Amino acid sequence: MERIPILKLDDFLLVSIQVDMHDQLAMTLQDDLTDRIVRTHARGVLVDISALDVVDSFIGRMLGNIAAMSRVLDADTVVVGMRPAVAITLVELGLSLPGIRTALNVDKGMELLRKARTLNVSDSNHGRQRR
Amino acid sequence: MPANTASSLADILSSNEEQLLNAWVKHQLIAKTRRSDLIKEADLRRESAEFLGAFRQAAEAGDLENVDHPSWAPARELLADLSRSRARQGFSPSETATFVLSLKQPLFDALQQRTGSVESFAMALWSTTTLLDKLALLTTEYYQKGREEIITRQQHELLELSTPVVKLWDGILALPLIGTLDSERTQIVMESLLQQIVETGASIAIIDITGVPTVDTLVAQHLLKTVAAGRLMGADCIISGIRPQIAATIVHLGVDLSAVITKASLADAFAVALGRRGLKVTPTAQRLREESDHGTDSDS
Repeated sequence: MERIPILKLDDFLLVSIQVDMHDQLAMTLQDDLTDRIVRTHARGVLVDISALDVVDSFIGRMLGNIAAMSRVLDADTVVVGMRPAVAITLVELGLSLPGIRTALNVDKGMELLRKARTLNVSDSNHGRQRR
Repeated sequence: MPANTASSLADILSSNEEQLLNAWVKHQLIAKTRRSDLIKEADLRRESAEFLGAFRQAAEAGDLENVDHPSWAPARELLADLSRSRARQGFSPSETATFVLSLKQPLFDALQQRTGSVESFAMALWSTTTLLDKLALLTTEYYQKGREEIITRQQHELLELSTPVVKLWDGILALPLIGTLDSERTQIVMESLLQQIVETGASIAIIDITGVPTVDTLVAQHLLKTVAAGRLMGADCIISGIRPQIAATIVHLGVDLSAVITKASLADAFAVALGRRGLKVTPTAQRLREESDHGTDSDS
């Protein structure tokens, strides 16, 4: 069965969506992802959509769901690599993906997650813990 | 019969060319549509002579019905150049068309002197007048085309002028907007901004609207769209250059800009952007020394 691979990078999980999404694939991805977050104690999820030419309301909702689910499991979600044309189309459609954090590329997304993590950790007075 | 008219017309044109030219130029000079401020008599005479020459050649070729015929090409060319240059100079369409139409009177006079019977005169008159009308229409058409070319060029220049994306610092872009924002311009602004975000890897974009004369709900919506698109690309947007009247207008219209960071001046926005990047502007050691020596006030 078709599956979207989930890679572990430090404390984070990297999901790169490179095929057309459909209901079954989205459900499998959500199940796999929540499973992996719990198993690996991941602190953040990076969703790379740089390979997607088209992002419609379906994918938009799926990204929202992933972000919400990760938040429940105490992991931040960042969507990275959106193309300019895709961004313009989404805005014209009125889908500005509220509640989802975005970054230009994987590098910047990681930076963002690390920064958010450091802030949270120091806020809760547990001191910094890396790796 | 048209062939007959053609030959007689060609005959008149070749034998009375000088006389016709004089009469025609005189008609143009006394016409109400004469623009002595835009064109000199000598130029008018030269243009008239050139056209008359081309007209004679075309009439000698014998096709008076069809001005699209290759034999009319030189005459059409001349009219096209003339109409375009007059469009640029600021002539009105009727002033431009009068150039050809004022040839009617002298030509009819010459025809009248030459043709014998009333019937053949009426015939010649008809074909000549249709021909000249066609040429005048052609002039108007070329004039219109000339005007459209000017408008298209200006629109193009305006669009190019209005969308520069400048890099202020590593990771900080600025987009100074000048003029009203319509949907077409927003599209172009958005595209160039997002393109620059990708190219420079910028994480903050400052949209400066000092040059935007008015902000209504539509313009605000376009601004918010640009901000949302920037955010989707992972860049935070700051709107700066909001003048007092515009701030008041935005509030009166009930436009919600609370989701966006807004600053009064580009300098303030730049300071915020630097802060986000973890940077700070500090005076140099020399500046500090000078200040402590002279007690001058700083403008940071």
